[in-house]
Amino acid sequence: MSEPKIDGFELKPGFKGMASDTASDQTMFKGVHWGKAMMWIFLLSDTFVFSCFLISYMKGRGSTPVEWPNPSEVFALEAFGVPVPLLLIALMTFVLITSSGTMAIAVKYGYEKNRKMCGWLLLATALGGLTFVGMQAYEWSKLIHEGVRPWENPFGAAQFGSFFFMITGFHGFHVSIGVIFLFIYTYKVFAGHYEKGKKGWFTKLKGDYVEIEILGLYWHFVDLVWVFIFAFFYLW
Amino acid sequence: MSDEYDNNKSYQAQSSEVMDGSTGSVSPDIDYVRPSEVGEQELYHPHSFIEKWVFCQDAKVIGVQYFLTAVFTGVVGLILSWLMRLQLGFPELAGFMTAEHYYQFVTMHGMIMVVYFLTALFLGGFGNYLIPLMVGARDMVFPYVNMLSFWMFFVAVAVLMASFFVPGGPTGAGWTLYPPQTILEGTPGAGMGILLMLISLSLFVIGFTMGGLNYMITILQARTRGMTLMRMPLTVWGIFTATVLAMLAFPALLVSAIMMTLDKVLQTSFFMPTILKAGEVLEYGGGSPILFQHLFWFFGHPEVYIVALPAFGIVSDLISVHARKNIFGYRMMVWAIVGIGALSFFVWAHHMYVSGMNPWFGFFFATTTLIIAVPTAMKVYNWILTLWRGNIRINVVMLWCLGFIVTFVNGGITGIFLGNVSVDVPLSDTYFVIAHFHMVMGIAPLMVIMGAVYHWFPLVAGKMLDEGLGKWHFWITFLGAYSIYFPMHYLGFIGVPRRYFEMYDSPYMTSAVGMNEFISIAAFIVGAAQFILIFNIIKTLKTGKKAEQNPWKANSLEWYTSTVPPEHGNFGDRLPVVHRWPYDFSVPGAKEDYIPQTTAPSEVIHTEVEKT
Repeated sequence: MSEPKIDGFELKPGFKGMASDTASDQTMFKGVHWGKAMMWIFLLSDTFVFSCFLISYMKGRGSTPVEWPNPSEVFALEAFGVPVPLLLIALMTFVLITSSGTMAIAVKYGYEKNRKMCGWLLLATALGGLTFVGMQAYEWSKLIHEGVRPWENPFGAAQFGSFFFMITGFHGFHVSIGVIFLFIYTYKVFAGHYEKGKKGWFTKLKGDYVEIEILGLYWHFVDLVWVFIFAFFYLW
Repeated sequence: MSDEYDNNKSYQAQSSEVMDGSTGSVSPDIDYVRPSEVGEQELYHPHSFIEKWVFCQDAKVIGVQYFLTAVFTGVVGLILSWLMRLQLGFPELAGFMTAEHYYQFVTMHGMIMVVYFLTALFLGGFGNYLIPLMVGARDMVFPYVNMLSFWMFFVAVAVLMASFFVPGGPTGAGWTLYPPQTILEGTPGAGMGILLMLISLSLFVIGFTMGGLNYMITILQARTRGMTLMRMPLTVWGIFTATVLAMLAFPALLVSAIMMTLDKVLQTSFFMPTILKAGEVLEYGGGSPILFQHLFWFFGHPEVYIVALPAFGIVSDLISVHARKNIFGYRMMVWAIVGIGALSFFVWAHHMYVSGMNPWFGFFFATTTLIIAVPTAMKVYNWILTLWRGNIRINVVMLWCLGFIVTFVNGGITGIFLGNVSVDVPLSDTYFVIAHFHMVMGIAPLMVIMGAVYHWFPLVAGKMLDEGLGKWHFWITFLGAYSIYFPMHYLGFIGVPRRYFEMYDSPYMTSAVGMNEFISIAAFIVGAAQFILIFNIIKTLKTGKKAEQNPWKANSLEWYTSTVPPEHGNFGDRLPVVHRWPYDFSVPGAKEDYIPQTTAPSEVIHTEVEKT
């Protein structure tokens, strides 16, 4: 992406630039689309949501009187008769991070107005997200089958199940929302709504390829959060 | 009005002259303002009655919708407080009320007033109405999301009100909803009541997030030409900072609501320790009730400033306009708002001094709490200095502002008492605390709301509210509020505990009974006096005299719209161009005692300065 050009305003690098942008009129973030700025601020707020969840998890795990289950045993998966710790999670993480890659390329092709490539990559991202949610559903059903419930589990502290289902569930909900929007945008790109300036279903306003980047921000955020959940739940 | 726009037209034409950024030299034209970066906002105009008045995307209509819904909940909260005072002052007349009812009223009164009334009114009501007008935007940047925000709030209120009608009634756990007792049998409303409360809070947070994103992006990215951050009215600064606080504090409320819902519905034990009940061990175990308190107050303390900061901002503007003087220390005021906002995230545990925390924690939080007094005191001095030698109009708006300053100082000083651990411990859970926070975040912001209603009503409805009725409203409220809350400080000192249904045979029964009766009578009168405003509004809408454009001779952009009340799009064909801050009152040498923000320097520069 090229640097934005602002008529009658010189963009300076570094802190000086930040100061002069802040002191200027009209916009604080020069050349940044409203929707993009909104998504960044929403993600900041959402970061606080996940931080509260994870800090509560740390506090809960630290103060429970019963021993915490060993994650490498609980999350092990049998492959060819051998229990491999964290196999499923490794796969899930790989799929999700890969989908972040396809998303990033989709944004690039979107700005180049390459409808076909953008659409196919969005579809790939959506399918990656769907695979992730499917594997998570598999993991949940496996744990439920082994007797893990939000209120109890056979391996140790009851809070293990509570926090696990709540936080991965909340994250999975984010992924699912993202997948739905990815499918919607895939349709919109293939149907050429942005070229035609077709008005949105709800907002009745015209769309633009920047929407792909905005969705991309959300998608990368969801992946980043997963990295933290992965570290705190499976590696700790 | 129309010539305002004609003036701007000529500046628009000059915008081709480009500023030479590298050397910093400006084109010789002093009226130059940079051309528009963003271009015109695409607006969706309503096509039917429903799109115009119900599912409306115009921020002004949404603001009024927020305002009316919040006022409705406020009236419910007011009636609850009457019922509480009836029990406390005249228990013999309140035979219909059980202790359970009383706790439910306490809880619902607190939650309604703090979240559904004050927060929604300031941010949803005044925020929606004033932000686009004051920064010179056509509308909020995401009108559709803004509409969803209001309807989410509406559903949240509906769910909250529904809890009055479910079996067991609304929750009676106190507005702080402390576990474990909140969701245990024996607490009123521990069944459906608490569940609906938690769902309603979650919906409120979701709805607010949608609104908050709008307020922030509109202020950051959709200002008109010439409107720098430091030329914004302090109202916008207050609402903006409060919105930032809300965006970062409400997540903690959302998370604690989700966790408690799971504790309630799925018998998880996030907040629930091992509990023995009548010799029987309950299903719960291993959770931490203190965790909830931390999450709740990480939301709860910024929440105080979410209510207070918009009030600070609005009152600064009202004082400046009605004292015909620029606000004293504008930049200091801005930095004080931002500083208070930042500090408010580091003080939450001063609500938990009696929770058994490490004394060093108490020391830390007492220190941060007292530091907040510094920027707050700066603001009070600046309000006083704005009034100092001003050309003060003692009208209803100014009366409310003066009432605010006095009440706020009063409540702030008792806050310094309570911020110190050693003073707080004996005073906590007494009527002193009630008196403190009702003064500082109940009455004080309410006075600003009232002042703001009298100030902006001519803009919203195009008619002037009746001044005589307004003065009655003010004096009864002001004197009455002091009659209610001053004696409560004393009750706190003699140790009367709060949230007690009755005092039974305790010594308080004899020493406090007369005072409780007095407080109750004052509360009935003050509550009734609020209906003067509603009467005044209805009367004015029917028969009030038409307001001229800009009746207060103010400078900020909301008074310079193409029509009064402003239509969708606010500013007619052309957005205003801003040349100055909104506080150019009584400028020496100027023809009038006010210079609108849209007045170019060349229009005022030639006038001679009179010798004084």
